[in-house]
Amino acid sequence: MNDRRPDSGLGKDLIGLETLSGDTIRAILDTAEPFKEISERAIKKVPVLRGKTIVNLFFEPSTRTRISFEFAEKRLGADTVNVAASGSSVVKGETLVDTARNLEAMRIDMVVIRHGSSGAAQFLADRIPSNVINAGDGQHEHPTQGLLDLLTIRDSFGRIEGLKVCIVGDVVHSRVARSNIFGLQKLGAEVAVCGPKSLIPAAIEDLGVQVFTHVEDAIQWADALNVLRLQLERMNAGFIPSLREYNRVYGVSQARLDRAPVDTVILHPGPMNRGVEIDSDVADGPQSVILPQVTNGVAVRMAVLYLLAGGAPERAEEAKKGEA
Amino acid sequence: MSRPLHIFGGRVVDPSQGLDGPAAVLVIDGRIEAVGPGVEAPDGSESIDATGLTVSPGLIDVHVHLREPGGEHKETIATGSRAAVAGGFTTIWAMPNTDPPIDDPAAVGYVRAAGRAVRASRVMPIGAASIGQKGQKMTEIGELVAAGAVAVSDDGHPVHDSGLMRRLLEYSQTFDIPVLQHAEDPGLTPGGVMNEGAVATALGLRGIPNAAEAGMVARDVLLSELTGGHLHVCHVSARQSVDQLLWAKERGIHVTAEVTPHHLLLTEELVRGYNTQAKVNPPLRVVEDVDAVRQALIEGVIDIIATDHAPHHYDEKEREFDDAPFGINGLETAFALCMKALVEPGHMTLSGLIDRMSCSPARIMGLDTGTLRPGAPADIVLYAPDESWTVDPARFYSRSRNTPLAGWVLPGRIRRTIVSGETRFEAEGDA
Repeated sequence: MNDRRPDSGLGKDLIGLETLSGDTIRAILDTAEPFKEISERAIKKVPVLRGKTIVNLFFEPSTRTRISFEFAEKRLGADTVNVAASGSSVVKGETLVDTARNLEAMRIDMVVIRHGSSGAAQFLADRIPSNVINAGDGQHEHPTQGLLDLLTIRDSFGRIEGLKVCIVGDVVHSRVARSNIFGLQKLGAEVAVCGPKSLIPAAIEDLGVQVFTHVEDAIQWADALNVLRLQLERMNAGFIPSLREYNRVYGVSQARLDRAPVDTVILHPGPMNRGVEIDSDVADGPQSVILPQVTNGVAVRMAVLYLLAGGAPERAEEAKKGEA
Repeated sequence: MSRPLHIFGGRVVDPSQGLDGPAAVLVIDGRIEAVGPGVEAPDGSESIDATGLTVSPGLIDVHVHLREPGGEHKETIATGSRAAVAGGFTTIWAMPNTDPPIDDPAAVGYVRAAGRAVRASRVMPIGAASIGQKGQKMTEIGELVAAGAVAVSDDGHPVHDSGLMRRLLEYSQTFDIPVLQHAEDPGLTPGGVMNEGAVATALGLRGIPNAAEAGMVARDVLLSELTGGHLHVCHVSARQSVDQLLWAKERGIHVTAEVTPHHLLLTEELVRGYNTQAKVNPPLRVVEDVDAVRQALIEGVIDIIATDHAPHHYDEKEREFDDAPFGINGLETAFALCMKALVEPGHMTLSGLIDRMSCSPARIMGLDTGTLRPGAPADIVLYAPDESWTVDPARFYSRSRNTPLAGWVLPGRIRRTIVSGETRFEAEGDA
């Protein structure tokens, strides 16, 4: 299966959205549509990946992404193994290249990797014949999160082209931000980022995004806000003085949203810090699509797994019926 | 007494005495006896036919990491000095950031003695500026110099504390040695692994801004002005640092500076794909910086070229980008890379390059080499400036292979390297 190049335009691996074409991204989103329905069934399983072995290799703690991948894999009938960094050979000092060689020796079909270093997914993909899916590498990319955000935005607006989407918060440390920027731009959206300059990476304008330092301006501008998690560590490392001040200056509150010219759609990749980057009335309010994002996450990951395994986008409908 | 050595038939390029033309060089007892078109071989001479080759004073590299003691899996004094002569260098200065660091006279003596024993390039030890290179307490610089140290540096780390830097620039004057500074403000580079900018942002890698270097250079030239000490700025990479150096030189401050071959040509684009071979500190920057440091070298704002030869074992570079060590293996590609960066495009003459790689290093550091003047030690390099070759790290004399230049075709091939009249390197199968 490894030398098959599916019609989606996806290569052997999914490392990031930066290198994908708009057509490929659209093909993944279109493939995800029929897979949404599987999760609504009483028996949530089709045999698309029967006999395939997948390792979920998580060098960083993750609950949501790991579970989402695991559901996607199991609902497609794959055999999966979860490896977490704690208690694994990594703790015993094994290098990533040795981990890669051992996986290769075990002849697994796919690896889903989450790693704290930017470039780790590419590093692994360059060294093993298995399909590699990046589940987040350092501050680089988190492509399936980007795809599920795109799918959710498309569900909300019926389109992506021409929309204005602003990513708010800790952009400098965010792999979600980068995948969103690349993916949204390729589908024709305008992208901005908003946050204190201490949390905005250098020369981000060169990526074609606008920078807002006032969240009120971002809200005036945007059709949708993707609100990033603000981690407590950022305060301790001196990027911001306090979470309280962050909420006061950058927190997405209903009062701020009420001044927007449109009903701004609110996304959040989770897990949320309620009362820090987002207020509860927004998170739980009618403009929030945070839970649909989670539902779409499973469908998007099923689509990626299916396509990397060699499935054709146009046959996804049959695949979900168990016919392909 | 060895036989006289007569090198004839070549083009002699020695900017220290304005020579560029056909000439012969006569060496007697390890020193230059005569150089000129009409210099004949005395009876019983050994002859070297340099027809088709260029003959210049041996190259001098004041910034080399030999890794011994403590890092012998990367490089040793022996392998490093053999790599040096293979690259045309007759003198190398060994940085003290070994394990343990070269911070006492015994360690200095060890490097010096081990270097002599190899009989390749001259190896001159640089002593640590602070004990343990911890940036706190000054080393016994007098003792280090007495044991053979030619300079002090905490390279690998900056001397961060302004008070210590001031004391170093004051105290070193007693011994007439420079303080070599790795200019970096660590407060601006936490976790930094490449140049700060659009590429780092796209790759999600933490950046090292130009200001981290230039800010330190600005402070240090002011301390040099304050104290009168000789500040030598290592591996200048940022265009803003050039501005500081120009300002300092115009004011007559005793500052000198070096640039590496890689910073004269390569840019941060090489890092794309998380190429750890291009991970180096200071980082590869953008084309505006490359243009600025090259122009500064041409104009003499930056005085010399030095490699910052930083060998690393292949396992260490075969890592996640964040975890791979900084450094490029430079000795055996330096001359050719400079030919490609400077001479081939017409930015500098060959004579200018020899000046920056031999004469000027000797001049600013007070060495008696870097010239073919009669009486000087006969440190000579013979090379074919126009001959192209393909970089094959597997053939390096260095113990390590870490270079982003593997497979590059470069002009300028070293054919023979002579130290004190003795051939210490000869390219295989020719001339």
